[in-house]
Amino acid sequence: MDFNALFSDFGGYTITGLTVGAIYALVALGYTLVYGVLRLINFAHSEVFIAGAFAAIWGWAAFGLDRDSVVSGFGSIMLYLLVGALIAAVASAGTATVIERVAYRPLRKRNAPPLAFLITAIGASIAIAEAFGIYTRRLPVGAPTVVKNDVLFEVFGAEVTVVQLLVIGSALAMMVALDLFINRSRIGRGIRAVAQDQNTAALMGINKDRIILVVFIIGGAMAGVAGMLYDIRIGTLTYSVGFLLGLKAFTAAVLGGIGNLRGALLGGLLLGLVENYASALFGANWKDLVAFVVLVVLLMFRPTGLLGESLGRARA
Amino acid sequence: MRQKFARLVGGVAIAALAMGGVTACKSDSGTDEAAGDSCGAKIAFFGALTGPAAALGVNMNGGVKLAIDKYNKENADCQVTLVPLDSQGNPEQAPALAQQALDDAKILGIVGPAFSGESEAANPFFSEAGLVHISPSATRPSLADQGWKTFFRAVGNDYSQGPAAGRYIKDVLKAEKVYVVDDQSAYGAGLADEVKKVLGASVVGSEKVQGEGKQSDFSATVTKVKSSGATAIFYGGYYQEAGLIRKQLTAAGVTATLVAGDGVNDASYITGAGAAAAEGTILTCPCQPATEARGSFVEDFKALNGGEPGTYSDVAFDAANILLAGIKAGNTSRDKMLEFVKGYSGEGVAASYKFTETGELDPTQVKVWAYKVVGGQVVPDQEIPKS
Repeated sequence: MDFNALFSDFGGYTITGLTVGAIYALVALGYTLVYGVLRLINFAHSEVFIAGAFAAIWGWAAFGLDRDSVVSGFGSIMLYLLVGALIAAVASAGTATVIERVAYRPLRKRNAPPLAFLITAIGASIAIAEAFGIYTRRLPVGAPTVVKNDVLFEVFGAEVTVVQLLVIGSALAMMVALDLFINRSRIGRGIRAVAQDQNTAALMGINKDRIILVVFIIGGAMAGVAGMLYDIRIGTLTYSVGFLLGLKAFTAAVLGGIGNLRGALLGGLLLGLVENYASALFGANWKDLVAFVVLVVLLMFRPTGLLGESLGRARA
Repeated sequence: MRQKFARLVGGVAIAALAMGGVTACKSDSGTDEAAGDSCGAKIAFFGALTGPAAALGVNMNGGVKLAIDKYNKENADCQVTLVPLDSQGNPEQAPALAQQALDDAKILGIVGPAFSGESEAANPFFSEAGLVHISPSATRPSLADQGWKTFFRAVGNDYSQGPAAGRYIKDVLKAEKVYVVDDQSAYGAGLADEVKKVLGASVVGSEKVQGEGKQSDFSATVTKVKSSGATAIFYGGYYQEAGLIRKQLTAAGVTATLVAGDGVNDASYITGAGAAAAEGTILTCPCQPATEARGSFVEDFKALNGGEPGTYSDVAFDAANILLAGIKAGNTSRDKMLEFVKGYSGEGVAASYKFTETGELDPTQVKVWAYKVVGGQVVPDQEIPKS
């Protein structure tokens, strides 16, 4: 164990861990929202994320940015960020909508057993990932440098860069906005009602199918923005990265308590931190082992995750 | 009534298929006797044509294709066909593919397997059945020590490439602090160990990461490299992770030179890292530049495959030519082919070829080159001196 590496650079590992965790958290939201409402693990959500990540790169390419371009000037950086986020969110929300319409709704109408949903979810996931793989000839696609990774300031000897601040900041902001939306707005109330009891909610005049669609769209849009942030952070995208990232985000959702929005945030950040600390202590080859051992141990003591299951329930 | 009719038609169709199957089997068994005739002989290419490391395999396949295309033009009455065996670089798929090759009696020799991992999985099958294979790129040293009777490689192994990379870091870059990272693969870890041996005390730290596309975030590694103050980094692994690592190092402000082996020596590394971050990367390879191959190889390759030859395109071309020379000389059984390759000595476009007892390329023929990424292109830098 290399305690020296961890403690001499503790701040650095914390910040990079939080950055990774913020992306997990944004993707985890999609899993948690859909689970909260439908009791369904949407395994195709990882490809909703990938769709957004590719859409952002191709969107920037349409504006003339290739993998070697560097954007400068505050105004144009913000413009490209907004454009990228918008394109990614629309593409991901669209993909999520298509998945819901094609893979889930017909099954729901026929009262299919949960296993059938699981298989269509995995099927949709593999089909979409392979489609991207074939289209990109399975080669890595480079993203332009939209935000230069300059050091912004130092906290406790750890450098905080623009990209890190952007990723963590936008994840937190979106999380707060979503939390307010679910708890305060009319549609949010509908989502919570459907999460509690679909049939009663329908009797009260809530359009169940529309609420479910809204849930997929919101989860998709969040994953799309996460995809764009991933492009900016990692800089290179391969069609196959969704699977593992999706698995991690799903883990984060379970860790925080699936169905619980704040749990997704907590779980994501925690998983990112644990992974990064483990990489420092034991070496990068140990990070998945340590992260999943932590998950198992935590679930032993808190089987429903850190904050427990709730979308409508706890506050109802 | 209609249903009955459909059944009848279906039944007849199935019967016809079955009959067709029988006759097809008959003609198949006929090929065994005809194997004495060189016409219709096949050569297989065994390597990744899809998957995360596909770009390397596609380069080699292009070389093999060119060799066979040339042969067929010169010997129009007696054509040789290429059988591509796509392993996706995955050792788990290798045994089944090896069996597929063995089952086709017309396959007289194989160019490949391309990677070390899949070689370990597939080569025992070839050795047992006596099907000769020449790898243009599997550089793991231990492959030659397994007692496989049919193993040959047309390149030097990691023992030649690893120390050469170490010597380059020490003598040319003159780096005093070096960080060594590998992807835990047979290839990457083997190469990194050789580099560490040469560099000794100047290695200030080492790290193992996950390869095969399993890891895309290397922030912990980047933090370690940064705080170690290393001026050179050696990476043992393949281009996909190397591109990500280089991009993330540069983004974090690390300017240390990245040195890596031939698994990174591919244009896809630059696509991944971006030209700006990749600039100045040193890539070693126990091969001379494909574009410096002798004769008209480069033009011919471009004409047939529509792109520049890449890493090992020329070696794969030479390996295929050795097998084709065997067919031309009338060695039309697998046993004779094996004997032919064992005794082979001749010139290719990339080097001269002669094999040792264990199937290694004769050490005096091995050249290790350093390449450099300049302006988004991999260009030859220099041949690394032998010691």
